[in-house]
Amino acid sequence: MGVLSRIATSDGHGENCSYFDGWKAYDNDPYNPVDNPDGVIQMGLAENQLCHELMEEWVKKNPTASICTEEGASKFKDVAIFQDYHGLPAFTKAVAQFMEKVRGGRVKVNPDRIVMSGGATGAQELMAFCLADPGEAFLIPTPFYPGFARDFCWRTGVKLLPVECKSWNNYKVTRAALEAEYEKAEKANIKVKGLLITNPSNPLGTMMDRETLRELLVWINEKKIHLVCDEIFAGTVFSGEEFISVAEVFQEDPQSYDENLVHVVCSLSKDLGMPGFRVGIVYSYNDAVVRCGRRMSSFGLVSTQTQHLLAAMLSDDEFMSKLMVENAKRLSERHEKFTSGLAGVGIRCLESNAGLFCWMDLRRMLKEATVEEENKLWRVIIAEVKLNVSPGSSFHCSEPGWFRVCFANMDDETMQEALGRIRAFVSRVNEVEKKKKKKRWEKGLRLSMPKRFEEMSSMTPRGIMSPHSPLVQAT
Amino acid sequence: MTPPPRRKADAEEDSKTSSPPRRPSSGTGMRVIVPLQGLVQGRGGLVLGSVIPCALFYLLQFYLKRHRPSPSDEPAGPIPRTQSRSLLSPRGSSPPASASSRASAIAKASDSPYYAGNDKCSTDAYHAVSNPRGVIQLGLAENQLTLDLVRDWIESNLKESLLGDLQGELSIRGLATYHPFHGLMELKIAVAGFMHQVMQGSVSFNPSQIILASGATPVIENLSFCLGDPGNAFLIPSPYYPGFDRDIKLRTGIELIPVPCRSTDGFSLSIAALERAYTQAKKRGVKVRAVLVSNPSNPVGNLLSRETLYDLLDFVTEKNIHLISDEIYAGSNHGNGQFISVAEVVEAEDFDRSRVHIIYGLSKDLSLPGFRVGVLYSYNETVLAAARKMARFSSISVPTQRLLVSMLSDSKFIAEYLEKNRERLRKMYALFVDGLKQLGIECANSSGGFYCWADMSKYIRSYSEKGELELWDKLLNVAKINVTPGSACHCIEPGWFRCCFATLSERDIPVVMERIRSITESCKVNH
Repeated sequence: MGVLSRIATSDGHGENCSYFDGWKAYDNDPYNPVDNPDGVIQMGLAENQLCHELMEEWVKKNPTASICTEEGASKFKDVAIFQDYHGLPAFTKAVAQFMEKVRGGRVKVNPDRIVMSGGATGAQELMAFCLADPGEAFLIPTPFYPGFARDFCWRTGVKLLPVECKSWNNYKVTRAALEAEYEKAEKANIKVKGLLITNPSNPLGTMMDRETLRELLVWINEKKIHLVCDEIFAGTVFSGEEFISVAEVFQEDPQSYDENLVHVVCSLSKDLGMPGFRVGIVYSYNDAVVRCGRRMSSFGLVSTQTQHLLAAMLSDDEFMSKLMVENAKRLSERHEKFTSGLAGVGIRCLESNAGLFCWMDLRRMLKEATVEEENKLWRVIIAEVKLNVSPGSSFHCSEPGWFRVCFANMDDETMQEALGRIRAFVSRVNEVEKKKKKKRWEKGLRLSMPKRFEEMSSMTPRGIMSPHSPLVQAT
Repeated sequence: MTPPPRRKADAEEDSKTSSPPRRPSSGTGMRVIVPLQGLVQGRGGLVLGSVIPCALFYLLQFYLKRHRPSPSDEPAGPIPRTQSRSLLSPRGSSPPASASSRASAIAKASDSPYYAGNDKCSTDAYHAVSNPRGVIQLGLAENQLTLDLVRDWIESNLKESLLGDLQGELSIRGLATYHPFHGLMELKIAVAGFMHQVMQGSVSFNPSQIILASGATPVIENLSFCLGDPGNAFLIPSPYYPGFDRDIKLRTGIELIPVPCRSTDGFSLSIAALERAYTQAKKRGVKVRAVLVSNPSNPVGNLLSRETLYDLLDFVTEKNIHLISDEIYAGSNHGNGQFISVAEVVEAEDFDRSRVHIIYGLSKDLSLPGFRVGVLYSYNETVLAAARKMARFSSISVPTQRLLVSMLSDSKFIAEYLEKNRERLRKMYALFVDGLKQLGIECANSSGGFYCWADMSKYIRSYSEKGELELWDKLLNVAKINVTPGSACHCIEPGWFRCCFATLSERDIPVVMERIRSITESCKVNH
């Protein structure tokens, strides 16, 4: 057969890591309260299913928005043949309105700067293609979303250089850490083109404060590199301070910064829980990037049928306000229930007020603070507790023992079931610990890991793969 | 193939359309000097005389390539006033971070007439009543002749909102959550059935060999990423669809090597020409990875014969490369020829299938370019696995997928639709070509697509690309007709133009012919 490209035959897609292996475990044995009550519960997918019935109601009440109805079909022809990559004007206007709303009305969003793409995945790739050449690099604070390796790097040839952040100061991005990594790259002859941050953070669920954003803007201006801010979780802030966008900080004092360096990525997949619609947005203050990005958006245009529907939904101000308030409320409740359930068994989570997940601290359950031990524990959680959670190492977290757990992609009952399993697991571990201590006390010898624990860690359900599995046939 | 989108003219781009735009450069590959005659004739004494200058030339090329001034030294876009501040900082000596060289090249490149003409149309579109002096668009291969049938189907079959359809209850949960990025299985099954109908039952398509993406544009790009590394090349018979230059070259770094077809052969593909182009590329040190053909072809509208398909398959097998067959106009075959898909040949005979890939979509045959539905059909498991992962960059909106499952599964409607579509295309084609004939303009024989390939060479002042573009400019700015000049399609014979007729109604045709006549008359006078 003909020779294939390096891209097709390499592992650059980054899908052979524990993050995705957990999903595969879920795919092979998915939980269902009736048909498969012992299956794996999916807690590794950051999806927001909490407000779907509100949107369903809206769609039913607004038949003209959907061209698939008698009332709406008159628009059909115009919509079906429209393929201008500027997008339907009503759509970009509505998206701009929505983005302003999410940012508390404190940011002015110009619809003419909106470039659409195939989901945030496509938006990140578009940014990489526009801002960097193969071999050049972007700095990225850890921990970060594993998909960036694929979205930002796979087909673009751009590198991501992790900048370590630590839990002791709540993973704050420090100037010193950025400088160190930048200099290291310079010494290795790698050209750093920009900094990629996610705010609110995935997997931490925390937000950057105004001061930090200002410092970052100052730093990138000094270095004359780009700042790409992934604000995909902006609309999932459910308590505490309001979300501050980098656009807000920039617009407060535009004279101090070079606008050609500031870019925002967002989408409707998280805020509104509409990943199936595949709407990704690139918003850049750089005219050349907007022009170039628009031409590239031909590779991932949003279906005009969807644009038409969303134009109507997003500009229904009353509905959107109600939706966002309700969304925040439900996320807050869910977060509260989940974290207090965990606290009840002594599991602490990083304090957070955004995102669809929490960052769980299981360091005390590790024998040693190593990635191997974290992976062992992770395999036990998948196999024995039957929860798909995502280990910190897959997010390039430098401290082993942290896990990301998603809680917004399920109903209440499933969440209670998950908590129940965690409680049972923790009490088993505590039991084992007690027995171990007792034995040690009795025998005065240091024993190795209890047999039961070893048994659990070597148990594998059908179909699970190791974190280092070879190229997998996708579903 | 999905035509590029109509764009609102920016102020910058407007000024470009007033003068004939330059043809975009065809790349910066090294030029090879074939060793001089002396060497070939084995006269050793001339070796030094010919090899040394050649070697020096190669070295010069290498040096220039390596030390080409980096485009990233220039800032992208206008220099903002805030730059002065950054120059005061302690590290102020380094230049500002610009966009990538890809982005800068795109931003600076002058548009081909293909895009420039479309821009002009979108700002001054013809309308029989409200804008009779507007620009008539014959440059976008769209088919509006049978859209009314699709609309009627929707009206009568989807009485409820997008949540309710023929298949029963759908909740927004079913629409809005994550789904396989390479397409819902139900849609793949429906698409396989649709393709089977389009190709008149000659091939059965296996849904698990289908990858769906948001348009044929990302399909061809994804496939290119799978088949070639930057610097590799695809051979492509010319004239070809101008959009391929963007779809394939823009981000993958793959070169397109045109293989010219001639009017004397009816613009049909010659294997000898392919062979020559392959050898020349090899001499230049460029690895050819695939042959890309369009069948029915664009802009000519030819069909590939069974024999040519066999020859093509032999060729790619011998060279150990891939064959990409863009069959997006398969259902728009209105002529007398019979459309034969490469799938039909490959399944009937004992060819190595793993090198065959088909591109399809719903933008042409079902007139739904806005919905963004493209299809990759491949026999190669590794390509399918990689393309599945790439699908997440260009996934089809799930609500659109659901709508189409219903529509494509209604095989009675599809059969009626395809029949009516062919009929209307046939009629319009005949009227249009006839109209041109009366003006003394002959068209190449064609069977498929929404366009005709017209020979206006006797009306161009000089038999060159310049002459052709002058005529194109007159047609656009004086007669206000947007057609696509052959040079934008990489045709080596000047004077050919692609005219799309499927967005016209019958009463528009005399208007178009009258306008063309005004130009051809004035050209006759000048000769």
